[in-house]
Amino acid sequence: MPSREGTYGLLAEFDNPSDLVRAAQQAREDGWRRMDCYTPYPVEEAAEAIGFHRNRVPLVTLIGGLMGLAAMFSMETWISVIAYPLNIGGRPLYSWPAFVVPAYEWTILWAGLSAGFGMLALNGLPQLYHPLFNAPNFRNGATTDKFFLCLEAMDPKFDLIESKRYLETLSPVSVVEVDY
Amino acid sequence: MATSEIRRGDPGIDPATGEFRVVNQAESFKSVTEKISRIVLTPHTPLGWLALFGIAGAVATVLLVAVTWLFLKGVGIWAITQPVAWGFAIINFVWWIGIGHAGTLISAILLLFKQTWRNSISRFAEAMTIFAVVCAGMFPLIHVGRPWLGYWLFPLPLTMNVWPQFRSPLLWDVFAVSTYATISVVFWYIGMIPDFGTFRDRADNKVAQYFYGIFSWGWRGSVKHWMRYETASLLLAGLATPLVLSVHTVISFDFAVAVLPGWHTTIFPPYFVAGAIYSGFAMVLTLAIPLRKFYHLESMVTERHIDNMGKVMLATGFIVAYGYGMEAFMAWYSASHWEAFMFWNRAFGPMGWSYWTLIITNLAIPLTTLWIRKLRTNLAYMFFLSIVVNTGMWFERFVIVVTSLYRDFLPSSWGTYRATKWDYMTFIGTLGLFTTLFLLFVRFLPMIPMNEIRMILPSAKIKPKAAAGAD
Repeated sequence: MPSREGTYGLLAEFDNPSDLVRAAQQAREDGWRRMDCYTPYPVEEAAEAIGFHRNRVPLVTLIGGLMGLAAMFSMETWISVIAYPLNIGGRPLYSWPAFVVPAYEWTILWAGLSAGFGMLALNGLPQLYHPLFNAPNFRNGATTDKFFLCLEAMDPKFDLIESKRYLETLSPVSVVEVDY
Repeated sequence: MATSEIRRGDPGIDPATGEFRVVNQAESFKSVTEKISRIVLTPHTPLGWLALFGIAGAVATVLLVAVTWLFLKGVGIWAITQPVAWGFAIINFVWWIGIGHAGTLISAILLLFKQTWRNSISRFAEAMTIFAVVCAGMFPLIHVGRPWLGYWLFPLPLTMNVWPQFRSPLLWDVFAVSTYATISVVFWYIGMIPDFGTFRDRADNKVAQYFYGIFSWGWRGSVKHWMRYETASLLLAGLATPLVLSVHTVISFDFAVAVLPGWHTTIFPPYFVAGAIYSGFAMVLTLAIPLRKFYHLESMVTERHIDNMGKVMLATGFIVAYGYGMEAFMAWYSASHWEAFMFWNRAFGPMGWSYWTLIITNLAIPLTTLWIRKLRTNLAYMFFLSIVVNTGMWFERFVIVVTSLYRDFLPSSWGTYRATKWDYMTFIGTLGLFTTLFLLFVRFLPMIPMNEIRMILPSAKIKPKAAAGAD
């Protein structure tokens, strides 16, 4: 278990996305693994640079959609055939073409809810407190116009003095220490 | 063609790539953020906003009065009776939900097509969708006569052991519209989460920080989060696209599945969807033109946006025109006496004025003038046109509902339809409700997606590693 006190990591600030991507690539090449970038809009290249290529949102969405489809179609069948059989203009009780429309809608409903909330859950949100919010410059820029690279103390290579010196070679605007 | 037509030095065209620019190139990450967040985070509410809010709220109160009286007296206060048993409630339902469709088209379909110009208008178009669906969803509920039994529409395990009938398009509607409302809200909310993070970080009073902090779910902009977020947005867009096409299709089934001349036609699904997008874009223009002026957003909602929306309206308008033409053609070609009479009666019967209003407002005025680029970028004209098209689309639903019903197979059961003051009050009231909700949205939520605008700014381009010489 990570200790919840002491240093969370070192946060380097950059002015533009290109510098951030370059720094992240360099850090990855130099063997860093426990790190993350923070940007005010999606920067795909930065995710690639830190080795984050795939995510499981599509899988969650697929499972959700199939569950919605199965749930609605079987409910319609059960209701129309077993629970409450009605003769509607002599149509068969199991008139599956008519069941397609609600089943289609529920496929989309469940898939959409899974995509939205699955994404948030995979991101570990809601998480209203995070050590990074303690950094003096983080909230000024991370959601506006600044780009951050954080080397986390969990990484085996991490050493407060050495890593700080290392980050400064990547030409950031500033490097600050982030505490829990 | 291409190169010779591009004017040199045109600020709307990127000199390096030849791509069209959609936002003013002078904007930076910071200026965009400031412009948009200032609208919400300022402690000063503009007087114009307050005045409009007062008017819209007063109009919304009319709805409250009309619905209260309806609940006390029943649907008999409306003009619906035999043979016209579907009146304003259904007209308004179809009209409002159609308006909502453009929001989803802009936010989902244009996202899949990588139309970056949509980024500036997607958020408030999506808000428009949700508020339009709120207004729309109310109508079938209050039309059922005993709205307190509205839960019978849902398959709930009740002690009565009565279940819904899944072969009815009216029940399909319940699932189509409720899914549409839910997915639109989710898509809208997910889109706002990063912007709430920005508001949280920029707000200077505790209450705003607290609320926007909670609404942002603690968003901190990690690129891993962003990648999942982008995947989810794409998936939601991919899901919303078939959804939006299905919703108005299912609504058209309410009509098309019936055996009534004027309703029983296979052209309805595509032509309802096209009409929905047509009216929806008109409503986006009705909202966007005053908004960009009032809040000085001309650098983000540019003339190019207005022009593009005009083009979409031109295209969908012609699909609608094709639908009208096909109706007339089939009335003749089907050789059905009833179809032919219905069409003759629709155009030349006692309610023919509604058909010709529709033709003038929906086809004659927009489809002749939208060809002209000068008019498409003329804001005053486009605002006027958006009102004209919305009127026309309302009349389209009036024509479909009323003129198909009022003279049916037996002349002895012919009747007419004249809306009562309660019909008008309910309809006008929903306009007030819609405007009220929209004004609240503009004041408290980010009406332009800041993170999506940042993505399309020139400073977001990543310069390759070699150029900077990192070692």
